[in-house]
Amino acid sequence: MTKGVDVDLEDVWIRFGDFVAVREANVNIKGGEFFSFLGPSGCGKTTILRSVSGFLEPSQGRVKIGGKDMAGIGPNKRPTALIFQNLALFPLMKVWENITFSLEVKGVGKAERRKRADELLDMIALSDQGDKLPSELSGGQKQRVAIARALCAEPDVLLLDEPLSALDLKLRQHMRTELREIQQRVGITFIYITHDQGEALTMSDNVAVMRAGVIDQIASGHTVYNDPATPFVASFVGENNVFRGTIKSIDGDMALVSTNRTGELLSRIATSARGKLNVGDSAMMFIRPEACNIAEDVSPAANRFSAMVKHEEFEGQIYNVFLEGSEGKEIKMSLVNIGKQRASAEGSNLTLEYEAKQAVVLPAGELASE
Amino acid sequence: MRAENVFLKIMLWAYLVIFFGYLLGPLIVMSITAFNSPSFPKMTPWECLTFEWFDVLANDTRILNGIENSLIIGVGTVILSVIMGLAAALLLTQIWPKLRATYYTVVIAPILIPGVVLGISTLVFWDRISVMLGMSTGSILHNGIFLTILGQSTFIASYCMLVFVARLQRFDTGLTEAALDLGATHVQAFWKILLPFMKPAIGSAAVLAFLASFENYNTTTFTFGKFPTLTIELAQKVRYGINPSISSLAFIIIALTIFGALIHEVYRRRQQLALANGAPVSAVSGGLQLPRMLRGNPAAIILILLALGGFSTIWFAQTYSPDVCKMDVREQKRLIQEERIRAIREQRQLELQQKQQQGSGASGGSTTAPSATQSPGQGAFGNVFKPGNLDRSTTEPKADKPAQSPGKGAFGDVFAPNNLDKAAPKEE
Repeated sequence: MTKGVDVDLEDVWIRFGDFVAVREANVNIKGGEFFSFLGPSGCGKTTILRSVSGFLEPSQGRVKIGGKDMAGIGPNKRPTALIFQNLALFPLMKVWENITFSLEVKGVGKAERRKRADELLDMIALSDQGDKLPSELSGGQKQRVAIARALCAEPDVLLLDEPLSALDLKLRQHMRTELREIQQRVGITFIYITHDQGEALTMSDNVAVMRAGVIDQIASGHTVYNDPATPFVASFVGENNVFRGTIKSIDGDMALVSTNRTGELLSRIATSARGKLNVGDSAMMFIRPEACNIAEDVSPAANRFSAMVKHEEFEGQIYNVFLEGSEGKEIKMSLVNIGKQRASAEGSNLTLEYEAKQAVVLPAGELASE
Repeated sequence: MRAENVFLKIMLWAYLVIFFGYLLGPLIVMSITAFNSPSFPKMTPWECLTFEWFDVLANDTRILNGIENSLIIGVGTVILSVIMGLAAALLLTQIWPKLRATYYTVVIAPILIPGVVLGISTLVFWDRISVMLGMSTGSILHNGIFLTILGQSTFIASYCMLVFVARLQRFDTGLTEAALDLGATHVQAFWKILLPFMKPAIGSAAVLAFLASFENYNTTTFTFGKFPTLTIELAQKVRYGINPSISSLAFIIIALTIFGALIHEVYRRRQQLALANGAPVSAVSGGLQLPRMLRGNPAAIILILLALGGFSTIWFAQTYSPDVCKMDVREQKRLIQEERIRAIREQRQLELQQKQQQGSGASGGSTTAPSATQSPGQGAFGNVFKPGNLDRSTTEPKADKPAQSPGKGAFGDVFAPNNLDKAAPKEE
């Protein structure tokens, strides 16, 4: 099978009338990479995908696949295959005909197509389902048929538009692993669109986080999670507690933030904000729920703060403790369930501590709406 | 509460009866007249069961020719309208959104324009074209079939378009995109994805187009030229008086329609049933399997009964002769007529007698006797002017009959066949 090729977006703008769907996108996706676009719905990620697959020409800028400018080349001439959000299996064709449609339109004979279909059906573990209609398959099976159909076209780039969103949780988790496995086996470039950060983080080599047509950050899942570039990324990817305030002092990578409610807290400055934050700037500090812990030592320190416990949730492997925070928002703390009884009573005050390196401070900006 | 329910139920049934009566009544009446013997389509009085009107129909070359023309034009219209309708519907989904409303109005307009106008304009337009091209009057542009197909298609294509638009709204354009993405050309995507999806709609549109073409009169009346369709022929016939052979044609059409609808329904139900039971579609869409079909399917049984009924009717028609019955009816009619004449005459005599009695009472008894003796002759003479003579079939000899009143029954038969029917068997 063909090795994956690079996909490059160079200064891509896509406008619909006055509406700017995608603003100045510059992305370099390496061959054989599993790359995700992550963002809330309506952020322009599907629009980017359509411009790569050729259903849409960018208003400005260039899309290159394998170094070749794709301007004016239709979707049927591009080395891409798209897996649609609703899968778009042909309802009137049998499963094997669906899978080998790309061969049929090339004029490949029926016997050969059948043979190829059986190979692919083997690969997706649906060997004896070839003569069914798509409507007779379950959600996960349809999903795999759609993947097989796309792979049958032997694309250099496989584009996936939220293909797992219609599946239930268990199946979704299973398909994540399976997709990743398939990608590693065939070795082609996967471009994956999702609004589910869990999907993006588990499968991708690199993630682009998008907000309202703008790409906020392109980095590995690790980096996006631990070192967000903007408040939006910090609040959109995973859960985060936000503390607003101003910078009181800066010491190398660390900054002391005077928060509006919880006093002065120490935090690491995000990589993207280094050198840009000055004393007195309004800032946002983020502490992940799992970075918080109940403090043994309750004496005041720059990495401790206290708050009133409002309520508690049991989620199986973790307890979520919600504490009263600023601006009506609750501070969430996640404690791993290691068999202890819960450590706090509702209404009591609790002192929390955190590792200052795990907190991150950014210039104040837009947050993801929940 | 319960009484109210009963009342509602009764109202519902009454409504249903009225509704279906209104809907189907004329058709039933027309079907019955096809089997009644009077030469004007009548349901009452029922005279004789007869199949002669089907014979008359089968021997009517004008009707047969009309049916043939209608079929040719119907097929042509179906082909043209379905293609144009599909194209129009596709364009509607592709056209610039701003233009869509305008475009829709334009393509839907032919439905709103009177058929007469369409007919005239078709005629005029193609005549102009033909003149411009310098073609003779015998050219294809003046051919009735050509013009009728074009004329009818102008508005039938709009009907077809509505059918297609309804189906297209349920089409997932993602399917076309998927096909393109997998390397299909636009043409391939159309043939392999969109057209198979549109197949049911194409079927319905074709049926609709055919029926609309078959029953069209007001457009066709301007364009048919030398090729009158069935509707044209029927209209021309009605102008000179109709006979029940038209009812028999109607009966055939109704029967075919019901039969077709039943077959379709049975097929559809069968498919749904099988699908609901989880059978693969490929197995369901196969040929009819008669034995299994009969097992749990009342509609199929009805169908077979209907077919049997049809065959037995044909057999009955060939063996049964309505002549005896017709003679009886003729005899009865004659008797009724004579009864009426006699009654009139008696009444007349009675009146005369009363007059004479009154007259004798006024002017003296001497005149009474002569007038009484004159009365038979006077009655015979007077009958010529009687209202009873206005009846067409009461001809001169009958008017004379009262004079020969003693032998009336015996002699009347001699005259009756001459008066009523050429085919009277008694003369042979």
